[in-house]
Amino acid sequence: MVSAQSAAEAGQASPAAQIKIAARDVTISYSGVAALSGVSLEVREHEIFGIIGPANAGKTSFLKALNRMDSFTDGMRVEGDIQFDGVPVSRLRNVYALRKRIGVVFPLPVGLPMTIYDNVALAPRLSGIKDHAELEVIVERCLTRAALWDEVKDRLSSLGSLLSGGQQQRLTIARALSQQPEVLMLDEFSIAVDPVTTMRIEEVLRELRSEMTIIMVTNLVQQAERLADRTAFFLGGECIEVGHSSQMFAGEVRDERTRDYIEGKFG
Amino acid sequence: MFEISALNQRNKKVERLFRTLFLMMVLLLVLPVIVILATLIIKGGPIISFEFLFTSPTDGMTAGGILPALIGTVWLVSVALLVSVPLGVAAAVYLNEYAGNNWFTRVINLAIINLAGVPSIVHALFGVGAFVIFFKFGTSILAASLTLAIMTLPVVIVATRESLAAVPMAFREACWNMGATRWQTIRRVVLPNAVSGILTGVILEVSRTAGETAPIMFTGAAFFLPYLPESIFDQTMALSLHLFVVSTQVPGVPEALPYGVALVLVTMVLIMNSLSIAFRVYLRGKKKW
Repeated sequence: MVSAQSAAEAGQASPAAQIKIAARDVTISYSGVAALSGVSLEVREHEIFGIIGPANAGKTSFLKALNRMDSFTDGMRVEGDIQFDGVPVSRLRNVYALRKRIGVVFPLPVGLPMTIYDNVALAPRLSGIKDHAELEVIVERCLTRAALWDEVKDRLSSLGSLLSGGQQQRLTIARALSQQPEVLMLDEFSIAVDPVTTMRIEEVLRELRSEMTIIMVTNLVQQAERLADRTAFFLGGECIEVGHSSQMFAGEVRDERTRDYIEGKFG
Repeated sequence: MFEISALNQRNKKVERLFRTLFLMMVLLLVLPVIVILATLIIKGGPIISFEFLFTSPTDGMTAGGILPALIGTVWLVSVALLVSVPLGVAAAVYLNEYAGNNWFTRVINLAIINLAGVPSIVHALFGVGAFVIFFKFGTSILAASLTLAIMTLPVVIVATRESLAAVPMAFREACWNMGATRWQTIRRVVLPNAVSGILTGVILEVSRTAGETAPIMFTGAAFFLPYLPESIFDQTMALSLHLFVVSTQVPGVPEALPYGVALVLVTMVLIMNSLSIAFRVYLRGKKKW
């Protein structure tokens, strides 16, 4: 189990306790083709960490490396060191426990072809919860926190995959929350969602920050500006810089390429 | 601007030509089916009766019914399914859900394709060697069904793989990211959504198995048996072989008899296929994504 190890690690290294995820010199390749090279950054506890950058910058690959999806992806190879609560994830025996602690939301909403209720109850069921009353509490809580409960509370037994795009994306968030994650990773969550729903989800994320760490990949610069405490700029498989959003978006950048991207000069 | 040019005219003509050509091909395809069915119904229809379906052959197979053959075919098909479906589905799940794209998988794929291409008489000889002689099952329902199972395995595997592949990858990834193992994902998300396609494949396989003659000739199907099989270690009659026997091996068979046997066999297959189509339509109606 990760939790026992991490508790011990956190006890020893108190300065590092604030750091949830630390990546050092992370290089990712797919069947020998490099997607990300030498990325080092730290994600702090209870912050919203934005990752911006144009397509093919390696943003999604980076997220996949964090929850060890490389072991389920043909040809994907991760080098370097990624630590979750001070534990190197590459040496984890139980990658499933790691993934349970990291909720993931995808660019395109994925309502699984089962009822709304079953969608949200899936993760708790996978971890062995069978009691109906307990499951009902979890389902209601997660749907409420994802700002979807009021819209679906009367039709929990209809198919989750038949909801509208915006609703499905909130369903995906509710499902991610149902595993009680410590980290929530969102990969361009607003790409297939209308602006109103996007705003509602952003509101949800602000509320969730007090309970978990959020990593948000986005290609909307303004979204990172609105939400992220700190932002990393990825370009062509490299992390160009990491900075406080307030400074970065005010123009205090260390690299001209960041400024160009933020100002929309390329990408 | 919209006037018809010579080129338009020619395109239109060519368009009509090809349309007619393709339509003719379709009609040409349907024609034999209609002729076969009509012949069977006209020549074999009159002999079909309650007695024909539910009594044994009499008078050296020149009269009486086909009950032992009918029951025998049901036995053969059922036992073959019991073997080939679990085996085929398991293999397909492994190939589609677990195996990486490496030389090992490619070799297995090649083997499956080749297995599908092996002539049925070769399967029959393999069945004799392996099941009848080596495993000492003798000529029995078990040996014949195992031979049929091996022969139809590629059909099950291919049908299952196709329906597994039709389940969107995003569903699996959503599940994996939740911390589910591959098996949990398969059981909770992939299989429930692939089961319709798998069942359709299985039913199609049944219809194919029912008609096979060569693989069961030497492995378990009998020329004539006065009794019904009682276990999988008995020999049995079968519709397909019975048809062969009454049409070519026995003198003095009334003309209607072979047509009647063929009609029963074809009807059985058609019912199976219709069920499969109805089932597919039903499941498409409640498509979940």
